[in-house]
Amino acid sequence: MATWQPDPSFYPSPRMAAKAPKETLAYVAAFDPERKKPDAIAVVDVDPASASYSRIVGQVEMPNTGDELHHFGWNACSSCLCPNAPHPHVERRYLIVPGLRSSRIYVIDTKADPRKPEIVKVIEPGEIAEKANYSRLHTTHCGPEGIYVNALGDAEGKAPGGIFLLDHESFNVLGRWEMDRGPQELAYDFWWHLGHDTMVTSEWGLPETFENGLVPEVLLGSKYGRRLHFWDLHKRKHQQEIDFGEEHQLVFELRPAHDPTKAHGFVGCVISLKDLSSSIWTWYRDGDEWAVKKVIEIPAEPADEDDLPPVLKGFKAVPPLVTDIDLSMDDRFLYVSCWGTGDMLQYDVSDPFAPKLAGKVRIGGIVARATHPGAANGALNGGPQMVEISRDGKRVYFTNSLYGAIDPQFYPEGIDGWMVKLDVGENGGIDFDPKFFVDWPKGHRPHQIRLEGGDCSSDSYCYP
Amino acid sequence: MTELAPWLAVAGLGAFHGANPAMGWLFAVALGLHRQSRRIVWLALLPIAIGHGLSVALVLALAVTLGLFVDQRALEVACGLLLLGWAGYHVLFGHRARVRVGMRTGMAGLGLWSFLMATSHGAGLMLLPVVMSLCLAATPARELTASGSLPVALAALGVHTLAMLAVTAAIAVTVYEVVGVAFLRRGWINLDRVWTLALVAAGLILLL
Repeated sequence: MATWQPDPSFYPSPRMAAKAPKETLAYVAAFDPERKKPDAIAVVDVDPASASYSRIVGQVEMPNTGDELHHFGWNACSSCLCPNAPHPHVERRYLIVPGLRSSRIYVIDTKADPRKPEIVKVIEPGEIAEKANYSRLHTTHCGPEGIYVNALGDAEGKAPGGIFLLDHESFNVLGRWEMDRGPQELAYDFWWHLGHDTMVTSEWGLPETFENGLVPEVLLGSKYGRRLHFWDLHKRKHQQEIDFGEEHQLVFELRPAHDPTKAHGFVGCVISLKDLSSSIWTWYRDGDEWAVKKVIEIPAEPADEDDLPPVLKGFKAVPPLVTDIDLSMDDRFLYVSCWGTGDMLQYDVSDPFAPKLAGKVRIGGIVARATHPGAANGALNGGPQMVEISRDGKRVYFTNSLYGAIDPQFYPEGIDGWMVKLDVGENGGIDFDPKFFVDWPKGHRPHQIRLEGGDCSSDSYCYP
Repeated sequence: MTELAPWLAVAGLGAFHGANPAMGWLFAVALGLHRQSRRIVWLALLPIAIGHGLSVALVLALAVTLGLFVDQRALEVACGLLLLGWAGYHVLFGHRARVRVGMRTGMAGLGLWSFLMATSHGAGLMLLPVVMSLCLAATPARELTASGSLPVALAALGVHTLAMLAVTAAIAVTVYEVVGVAFLRRGWINLDRVWTLALVAAGLILLL
């Protein structure tokens, strides 16, 4: 239903969004790695003034099992204010929640009672396969032409993976997004520069190479994704491919600058085959083309063979495994999750080509098993993974599970879920909020976090 | 041409179209902000007005031509029904258009965008009742003739487009220079609804 005024959570610019009220609730995807009980979207109280602060205060269970909820997003956001496709009189109220394994999409209404969201529509994989020829749904973003959802494989789980569109009100599947995909075959993440009419996509691999865990031969053969793709956002046409080279595997999360006039962004590469390091790359506009530069390299840490899972024993080292990154609304701080070593790193990226380490905490980790002041029992497993930043940049939340089939390769005894929060200093620096430790209920593992009203990876803006 | 009221209506519709952010003033502001240039805001007004004017001209030309061959009442009914249909389309699909022009556009792209927006919104159609009444009033026998309709339609196009341009310019410059885009958050009332009502009203005027 249309409204008379734009949704109050829409902001013309990231500068204005940074002044938004503090979030009081967080929505967290939680899945059962055994695929026996239904996955859920949990609601976590993040209001420090509330009696139930840092507790799960609500939850909506899926009607199926084995969906593997992973990433999700909103039906509409600040991009509705864009001048070329203006339609801001819609509500940000529905969470679009895909199942990575099931290829189903749940549409969940948060309006009536934000603590008791309700499923209002289920889009079955058959409809998506028929209308868009895709499956294995990964990331969603609200954008100029509706809701964009990407998929890691075609309807049969083969190449190519890609993007399709959903209507932001009826949630009908509108069809494949790409008009000319050029050489692109693999998919992982996508986002855009609205100010530069450019879509960026990254690469993981085909479902058969991750649904039963990472395949060492594929990895060592450099057959996982290692490229970035740049597209004309409006012509939906592939423009440029950048290959990171044989050494680099798994080019994951894309974080373009929020300021639409800036033409740069950051992407994490999970692993180097040369030395197990992870790296952060800046992409930028170089004349008429896009270019990339490696700006951060995070080395592997030497470790005792006995402390390592079978897959790493031969290497005698813990790789950092940077599997998520997130950029603050003012484009100043980049948060880097090192799921292997257990570090959460904060870099000042005011100069996107010369990041400076500004803060660091350690929790969990393959060898470190670092604890948290709020944890009841010392050694924590899993490591910093999906990270989300409040719009004002003062609070950072993250969870510890990567992906059901990959978790046991690096944490063979299993992962006990947790969610924590960091407080950010005025000029950088991060510290745990000792009062915020969600000891995740057994049977589920937490993954992506979405904050009430929007966060630093939910909205894109058309005005500087 | 003795009556002032219909001409005021033509100008008023121009002002209404100019006030709608979807018709271009917001795009002019955004381009100015992106390129940090006051000049771009002013420059952008031209293709926006031209695109809008062309779209309206096309509709008026079509109606005037049809008026020479088709019975006047039949034309009114057809246009009235078309307007009602357009109102329905606007409610259902007005906010679901394919986005073809982005923030890096040049002035030609902006003109094309303005033409597409005006056309898909039925901007020219909305003018039909008042322009048809002006055309009828232009001949002593109250008929639609080429010699009677053409100059009147051209004058209406000019008045409408100039009024649209003036309001587009006034709002774009005020928002760019003084108010700032923060005002969009609460100040951007749903003109699409008003627009739908205007299409319905125009359709009913022709039918009744």
